[in-house]
Amino acid sequence: MMHPCDLPLRVADVLSPIILVTAVINGLMTGAVYALVALGLTLIYGVLHIINFAHGALLSAALFAAFFAYQKLGLDPYLAIVLIAPGFFALGYALQRFVIGPASHGDDRNMLLVTLGLAVLIENALLYAFHADTRTVDLAYGFKSLDLGFTFIAVPRVISFAAVFIVALVLWLVMALTDTGKAIRAVAKEKLGAELAGIDVAHIYAMTFGIGTACVAIAACLLIPTYYANPRAGNAFVLVAFTIVVLGGMGSVPGALIGGLVIGVVESLAGFYFGESLGQVGIFLIFIVVLLVRPRGLFGASA
Amino acid sequence: MAEPLLSVEDISRRFGGLVAVNAASLSAPAGHITALIGPNGAGKTTLFSVISGFLKPSSGSVRYAGDDVTGEPPHRLARRGIARTFQIVQPFAGLSVRDNILVGAHLRHRARPAALALAENVGQDVGLGELLDRPAHTLTVAGRKRLELAKALATEPKLLLLDEVLAGLNPSEIRDIVPVIRALSARGIAVLMIEHVMQAVMSLAEHVFVLAEGRIIAQGSPAQVAADPVVVEAYLGHDAAANVRSAHVR
Amino acid sequence: MKIFLPIAIVVAALAAVPLFVHSNVVLNFLVVTLLIALAGQGWNILGGYGGQYSFGQAAFFGTGAYVTAIIQVHYGVNAWIGFAAGIAAGAAVGAFIGALAFRAALRSSYFALVTLAFAEVLRILASVAPITGAGVGLLVKLDLRAQAFQFQSRAVFYLVVLALLAVSLVIAQLLERSRFGVWLIAVRENEDAAMALGVDAFAVKLAAMVLSAAITAAAGCFYVQYFLFIDSGIAYGTWISIEALLTPIIGGVGTVFGALVGALVVKSLGEGVKLLTGDVPGLDLMIYGAVLVLVIGFAPRGLVGAFTDARAHLARRFKTSAPVGEVARG
Repeated sequence: MMHPCDLPLRVADVLSPIILVTAVINGLMTGAVYALVALGLTLIYGVLHIINFAHGALLSAALFAAFFAYQKLGLDPYLAIVLIAPGFFALGYALQRFVIGPASHGDDRNMLLVTLGLAVLIENALLYAFHADTRTVDLAYGFKSLDLGFTFIAVPRVISFAAVFIVALVLWLVMALTDTGKAIRAVAKEKLGAELAGIDVAHIYAMTFGIGTACVAIAACLLIPTYYANPRAGNAFVLVAFTIVVLGGMGSVPGALIGGLVIGVVESLAGFYFGESLGQVGIFLIFIVVLLVRPRGLFGASA
Repeated sequence: MAEPLLSVEDISRRFGGLVAVNAASLSAPAGHITALIGPNGAGKTTLFSVISGFLKPSSGSVRYAGDDVTGEPPHRLARRGIARTFQIVQPFAGLSVRDNILVGAHLRHRARPAALALAENVGQDVGLGELLDRPAHTLTVAGRKRLELAKALATEPKLLLLDEVLAGLNPSEIRDIVPVIRALSARGIAVLMIEHVMQAVMSLAEHVFVLAEGRIIAQGSPAQVAADPVVVEAYLGHDAAANVRSAHVR
Repeated sequence: MKIFLPIAIVVAALAAVPLFVHSNVVLNFLVVTLLIALAGQGWNILGGYGGQYSFGQAAFFGTGAYVTAIIQVHYGVNAWIGFAAGIAAGAAVGAFIGALAFRAALRSSYFALVTLAFAEVLRILASVAPITGAGVGLLVKLDLRAQAFQFQSRAVFYLVVLALLAVSLVIAQLLERSRFGVWLIAVRENEDAAMALGVDAFAVKLAAMVLSAAITAAAGCFYVQYFLFIDSGIAYGTWISIEALLTPIIGGVGTVFGALVGALVVKSLGEGVKLLTGDVPGLDLMIYGAVLVLVIGFAPRGLVGAFTDARAHLARRFKTSAPVGEVARG
């Protein structure tokens, strides 16, 4: 987590509006990427009604993909999206269609276990293949900052923020206007009815999983300039993403977006005032409280 | 006259704007069979769910054996002696028939041998004696209905709520299970049954309540209720009711 | 009484192992395997019999471990008392989490998440709290006397963890035959139907969770006595949550011996992989992940479940193949 930079920290400063605003802005930037990861998760939950425990490992894999795209192919991460997003879409589709779907035999609890198994498999495959060292990308404009007058913001973070909203918009259009999008919404609402209407549910499940995985892949490309790749990198993000999905409402896209921004800001402020670790605990406590008190979150449908 | 075993007074249940049950009152005395009938969507299963503790009423009260049991959870009511079957049968699919009934039998018998013996007896009583060791999911619809009944009976209830226990059975299966139900009231159990199969209602029930759009619109003996134009209208519409009325005039 | 015969035979056979095996490496492997089996049996009580899949068994393992370590290291209390205290603390954490989770009537996905979240919270807290040694962890002083629950010989440690495991096997067997067990399984199969038959689902699930937590906490306490070191990653790390659920699933959920069978298979697989390919990080867990997916896909009732299914299948085949009139054999 980046602290508001370049400003001397005097006691009075800690509460100064500039620091506060900078922390909030940074929180929003991070939150946008959280939101994208959460978006993929909530979409999968909304349609398949399962928590995809493999989401974090897939993010780690995508971070490695983005890293290697840069290192081996010289591809700028933002350009690499064009390559990596469809690739991970295909991966997600194949995983759901040929592994998760068949292995679970339709049982919710089995699906949990299968995605958990995949998470362990993928994360450790990454560990085995690429070892535990952290890989980072050094972009020419990686440290460039945008001067807002009263504070600075790293350029990559601004790009991510914009990109997330573009992705969200595209996704919304796909859901609203394309046949596949309509089929996905139909299956999410009423699986049996959709099946009877001739929709290939297994295909739609796989499409949804693919889209969710593609979201994660895009997030990875947006993250790699300011974050890092290692086998466990995705986990940290994903636990926060779980929190957001539950807070915003399982299956709610606006919930994931708003929740992501909120959590990003909360984490930034909490991390700043209480230190990183306790900030994380704060997030989890929110998570637990929401799960126990209002499991459907802010915008979710009643269970 | 002594208070009937079950006394439901002015129960209402709202779901948001929808009033599923509207000030319904009924009673079910011990040793008698009472039927609750009405067109589809009338609110019968909702009323059952309130009586058996799966739903809390928005208003009204449920009295059982002289106590106010409104809003008590299902397991507490089961311990008091209220048992129910489910319209969509809910066997413990992965277990054998005997083990299914055993769950109910354990309510009043902690020790396994005693509970097993009871489960065996109840299984025989409902006609599942040959199938006790089979997995529950291999039973036919009729078998599952009997199992549903057996599970409830194993709790040794004083009030038995049967939710469309005859649905999905063919006439000969119905003919076989009716005496089983009749035998229950002979044992002193109060039976309250939701039923659509009219011939069974006519032959089994001693008293009938008719629920339509959440309200009790009529009650009486089966013959009285069948001839009541209000009831006919609820089921078959306005014109059919007019026919019944004009038939009476002539 | 004869229902306990299989347990007696298995335990006796395992107890005899140190008579023939003197290699410390093998004994260490067996100690760790039985330790994992114990933790897994804890998961099995709630997950296998109760159908509530916890993804955060580490919360209980770590609590047992830390309480026992803290009591010895900071307060000088006797290790055996520490052991009991660790189990009690783990059970209390189980009661707390269970009361909250079951009161809220969480569905399976949510329950998995809540338990995961609690374990993570505890891990983070343990990694910064002074009393747990924060990032450095806690070292228990070497004191090779039985009073200090430490033993010179690895074989004795082995017998101790075997004894603990034996108790957990007996508990599972008693559960299967008891009213509590029947009720727990009924809640697993269909909670509403169980409640209609008089089962207090909340109380039953909570009791199962407390029992599950206590057993896994015992594994955590034993870990500390054996390794004499604990830190937040070991105590509350996802590794133990995963191994605790992996072993009963592979071995057979809801069976007495599932966790033990699963632990033997999983750990042997891990060792085999290490022998073949050298100690490359990640390979063994990779295989565990793949095995989990394969087991759910092809043998969801685990090895023990597949074995009982195969036996029943064969029994039916032999029964039907005997022609009418002929004397059937076997």
